Amino acid sequence: MNLLGNVNYWMAMFLLVMGLYIVIARGNLVKKLIGLGIFQTSVYLIYISPGKIFGGTAPIIAEGFRTYSNPLPHVLILTAIVVGVATLALGLALVVRIHEAYGTIEEDELQLQDIDAP
Amino acid sequence: MFGQAGPVDACTPFVTLASHLPALQVVVPLMAAPLCVLLRRGRLAWLVALIASLAVFATAIALLGRVQAEGSISYLLGSWAAPWGIEYRVDALNAPLLVLIGAMAALAVPYARVSVAHEIPEQQHYLFWATWLLCLTGLLGVTITGDAFNIFVFLEISSLSTYVLIALGRDRRALVAAYQYLIMGTIGATFIVIGIGLLYLTTGTLNIGDLAARIGDAGQLRAELAALAFLTVGLSLKLALFPLHLWLPNAYAYAPSVAAAFLAATATKVAVYLLLRFGFTVFGSSRVFENLPLGQMLLALALAGVLVASTAAIFQENVKRMFAYSSVAQIGFIMLGVGMATPTGLTGGLVHVFNHALAKGAAFMLLGCVVLRLGPPTLERMAGLGRSMPFTAAGLVIAGLSLIGAPGTVGFVSKWYLVLAALERGWWWLALLILLGSLLSVVYVWRVVETCYFREPKTPAREAPMSMLVCAWVLVAGCVYFGLDSSLTLGAASAAAQSLLEALR
Repeated sequence: MNLLGNVNYWMAMFLLVMGLYIVIARGNLVKKLIGLGIFQTSVYLIYISPGKIFGGTAPIIAEGFRTYSNPLPHVLILTAIVVGVATLALGLALVVRIHEAYGTIEEDELQLQDIDAP
Repeated sequence: MFGQAGPVDACTPFVTLASHLPALQVVVPLMAAPLCVLLRRGRLAWLVALIASLAVFATAIALLGRVQAEGSISYLLGSWAAPWGIEYRVDALNAPLLVLIGAMAALAVPYARVSVAHEIPEQQHYLFWATWLLCLTGLLGVTITGDAFNIFVFLEISSLSTYVLIALGRDRRALVAAYQYLIMGTIGATFIVIGIGLLYLTTGTLNIGDLAARIGDAGQLRAELAALAFLTVGLSLKLALFPLHLWLPNAYAYAPSVAAAFLAATATKVAVYLLLRFGFTVFGSSRVFENLPLGQMLLALALAGVLVASTAAIFQENVKRMFAYSSVAQIGFIMLGVGMATPTGLTGGLVHVFNHALAKGAAFMLLGCVVLRLGPPTLERMAGLGRSMPFTAAGLVIAGLSLIGAPGTVGFVSKWYLVLAALERGWWWLALLILLGSLLSVVYVWRVVETCYFREPKTPAREAPMSMLVCAWVLVAGCVYFGLDSSLTLGAASAAAQSLLEALR
């Protein structure tokens, strides 16, 4: 019961660990960014889940509605999504520049190319 | 219910500039950044950055003066009352840090005119200044805000602009360094958001002061401990605590000179400040330091950082990289003070935040002079620098002495306090290890001194232009001045340490 009741948190944690694993385990710079994206998205779920109240509506005062969901986590996560998009865009821009400069986006090949530079 | 949380005293008749200083501290550089983009001319953008930085410095000094005279300042953004709205809070801990950031900005911009013209393509100048101002905005915002989520937003503003600044370096390795920093920095920031989220879930508030009060009531929930763990790891990544420092050496080594000087002096310091803010102000009253081995863990990692990074610095051929490793070691010294969590230890750590900023800012600025005349500052190129660029070399020696902690420089004051704090607790071994760490820094600084003064110059070089030397030498002079008369810095540091430790009792 408890396990099922917290299914949203289990999913968020699964995505969190999966994203982090991709960032660490993959050598391809674009795949790393994909992992980073999953990692960041999982945090959005951790914030949004507790804001939902069963039977609650948007917090607009009106006749007949007494239970409201908490709007604050949504607002916070809108900001976090913007930050996430900016990070991803900047990361991809850097990958493009790295590809121009090195001709590869594999981490091990990048390291080999600079091994004897001063 | 919701209607009551509206603006308070919204119709104050006299709006004075002075009462809005905390907002202006952040708003001025924030507005200057898009202005730079609109102007599209490198020179004009530089002028805007200069005016904004001087304004930031003046504002920070005014705020520090008010805090020392009247106590903490609380500023309600848009006049929304505190737990609902965002509060800016200036107190004994962050006011000196604001002055430090402001001072570094006000020195870096005049320094950068020649350096940036040399290192960055003409058509990118205005973008460089816009990014630089955004970075400044982020650092100031993180420091001044009293709202946990706002901290994250400003932290990301400063981090994203830092990645761009580093990627602007001329060496192609700057791109890889910026990418690595982006990955590590984003992981760190996401950990911080998780920590803040868990705190919000358990307490229902994001205001720092409110958080501190409510955590005290709630006692020790497991979610709160998890929040502390996420925050500590995330912030340790940002402040480059060993072994999470791997992004730092390359990032500082390949960044444009002025960016390296400014970031080395401020960015990691702001992360240290955040760790203190969360560790002491927020969690202080919930007795984490008594029930968890957090202090011991920080001590062990800080010591490892001092010894490993100092040793790594000895083997570097690129002097910028050497000083970057030295930064990791010096952050270790700062964290030693934090980990001891005694009044003397914290004072030592906090004063070292300031002292290291002076010394490392000066060192990286002088290396920027070397880059201007000789190219990448390898030991080989710097041979005989004492003869060809006497002022640059002499400044490097004094900054180096300060990193070692030689008497008469700022480094001595903070190391003295750290050793004193170790002895107060009866930890002879720790005092000895601090001395050992300083001895290791003697070795790498000596390598620089030896190449500069005891080798024949290979490439002829002229002394760097006056505008760069003057700015760097202001910091060098600061290293000596605050080393001889430490009453000002120590006074501010011990006041800040007192305010932090009050929460523990």
